[in-house]
Amino acid sequence: MTVLASLLGDFGEAIDFILHERESVSGGVQVGGLGEMADLTLRHLLVSFVPIVAAVALFVPLGLYLGHKGRGEFVAISASNVGRAVPSLALLAFFIAYLGIGFANVATVLFLLAIPAILTNTYVGVRQVEREAVDAARGMGMTDAQIVRKVELPLALPTIFAGVRLSTVAVLATAIIAPLANWQTLGTPITEPQTYGPAGQLGAALTVAVVTLGVDGLLRLLQRAMTPTGLKLASRGGGSPRRMKRLARPTPTRRESPA
Amino acid sequence: MNRTLRLILAALSAALLTLTIAACGEEESTGGGGSETEQTGAVEPIEEDPANKGTSVTIGSKNFTEQFILGNVYAQALEAAGFEVDTELNLGSEQIAFKAVESGQIDGYPEYTGTALTSFFGYKTDEVPSDDVEAYELAKEEYAKDGITALAQAPFDNTFVVTSTVETAEELGNLTTITELSELEEASEVSIAGFPECRQRTDCLLGLEEVYDWTPEFVSTEAQYEAIEKGDSDFVFGFGTDGALSTDKYYTYEDDENLFPPYHITMSMSDEAVEEIGPEGVDVIERVQEPMTEDVMRELNARVDLDKQEPEDVATEYLQEAGFID
Repeated sequence: MTVLASLLGDFGEAIDFILHERESVSGGVQVGGLGEMADLTLRHLLVSFVPIVAAVALFVPLGLYLGHKGRGEFVAISASNVGRAVPSLALLAFFIAYLGIGFANVATVLFLLAIPAILTNTYVGVRQVEREAVDAARGMGMTDAQIVRKVELPLALPTIFAGVRLSTVAVLATAIIAPLANWQTLGTPITEPQTYGPAGQLGAALTVAVVTLGVDGLLRLLQRAMTPTGLKLASRGGGSPRRMKRLARPTPTRRESPA
Repeated sequence: MNRTLRLILAALSAALLTLTIAACGEEESTGGGGSETEQTGAVEPIEEDPANKGTSVTIGSKNFTEQFILGNVYAQALEAAGFEVDTELNLGSEQIAFKAVESGQIDGYPEYTGTALTSFFGYKTDEVPSDDVEAYELAKEEYAKDGITALAQAPFDNTFVVTSTVETAEELGNLTTITELSELEEASEVSIAGFPECRQRTDCLLGLEEVYDWTPEFVSTEAQYEAIEKGDSDFVFGFGTDGALSTDKYYTYEDDENLFPPYHITMSMSDEAVEEIGPEGVDVIERVQEPMTEDVMRELNARVDLDKQEPEDVATEYLQEAGFID
C-alpha cells in the first residue's frame, strides 16, 4: 500500500509540475507549468515531424519501386537493419563533426532512425500483394505506374502505415536526446534533473507518452481515411481479402441432413 | 551535478574526439607525460602494516574517468597499506553512490563538496559557500548527520572553467578574467557551450548574467571541446580537471568574482568504516590525494580520456610517480 501511495504521490507531483510553474531544484529560475511544457512539446513535435515526413517522402517511393521490381531485398532489409543497430546517441555525437550542434544534427539522426521501418514495411507490403491481383491488373492493360498506384499501393497501405507508425513512435521517443545537441524538447527536463527534479523528469516522460499515443491515434485515423472503401468493406465483412477470396470459392456440397 | 549524461555522450564521442585530437594528445603523453605528476621524493612511501590484514574495506566510485581513477588510487593505496580492499567502481550517479554508502554496500567513495551540498543536502547553488574550506566544513557537518565522515578534501577543484581555444583567445587579446570578457564590445554576440543543465543553473550560465552581467548565447551540448573546435561556439564551460585542458590548445579565464562554487573531492565514508580502518587508514587516504593539484588531475584524466589508458593503470602510475609505492 505504501508503495502504491508513494507511486501515486510521484505521479501527482509530476502532474502538478506539468500544470504549475515552480522554482527549479537548484534555484534561481522558474520551471514547468503549461507554458513551458507546451513550448517544449511544440519543439519536440517539430524536430520529430520534419525527419518523419522526409523519410516517408523519400523511402515510401523507394520501397514501392523495389517491391514492385521484386529486387533489392538485400538493400531494403540490410540497410534498415544497420540503421536500427546504431544507437541514436552515438550518431548524435558522430554528426557533430559534420553537421555541428543543433536542429540539423538532431533531425538527421531522427531521420536515419525513421527510415528502417518505413522502407522495410513498404517493401514487404508490396511484395505481399497477391500476384494474381497484379497479373489481373497487367492483363487489363495497366502500365507499371498504374499497377503501383492503383493496385500495389492501396493493398500495401496497412503494412506501410504500420511502418510509419512504428517509426513515428521511435522518433518521438528518441527526440528526448535533442537537448544534448542544443535543441530543447520534452527531453530537457529529463536531461536536467538538477533543474527540473524528479517531478519534472516524470512529468516530461508522461507528456512524451501522451503525445506519442496522440500522434499514433491521429495516424490511425489518417490510415482509415486513406484506405480504399473496398478494403474497408472487406474487413468489415468479417475478414481479410484472403478470407473473402476463400469465401468466394465454390461452396462444398452440403451433406444431406439426416432425415 | 548530473555528470552521468554528460559522460554517456562524452564516452560515445570519445572515439571522434580522439580522431580529431589524437595527434596532439599523443605528443602530450609522450612528451611531458610523466613529469607532471612526479614529485621530488617529498612524500613518504606507504608502508604495509601486517596488522591491517583482515580489515576489509570496500571503495566505490561514480562512473566517469576522474572517479574511476580516484577510486583506483584510494583502493590501491589502502591495499599497499595492507588492507583487504574490494571495489565497486561503477556506481552511476551520486544518488546511487550515496545510497550505497548509507546502506553499507560500500564503505566510502570520493564525492565533490559542491555536489554533496546541492544533491544530497538541499542547498540551492547560490547558497553554496564560495570559499572551498567553508564548503567542505558545511558538507562535513551535513554528512555527519547521516553517519558519514567526510575525510579531508583534496587540493584540486573540479569546478566550471570558462574556456576558449588559444586562437580565439589571441583574437580577443589574451584577456585573463571573465570580467574582461564580459566588458568586450561583442560580449552579447558571442556564444558559450555547456552541458545541458548549465543553461538554467545559477552556478553556471545564469550566474554569468547575475554576477558578471554577461549574457552570451548558450549552446547546449555534451561535446564541449568539439563545440569550440568546430566553431559552434566561442567559449565553453569546461570542468577544471578535464583532460583536454592539459593540452596546449585551450585557454582558460579566471573566475575573478568567484561565481563557480568549489567542487573538491572528499572521501565520504561511513563512520563505522572510518573506525574500522582507524587513523592509519584515514591517513593513507588523505595523504595519497595531497599531490593532486588541478594540473596533476588533468594529466591523469588526459591519460585515460585522450591516451586511452586504463584508469587502473593510471592510478598505479600516479602512486608510483608520486613515490607512494614502488
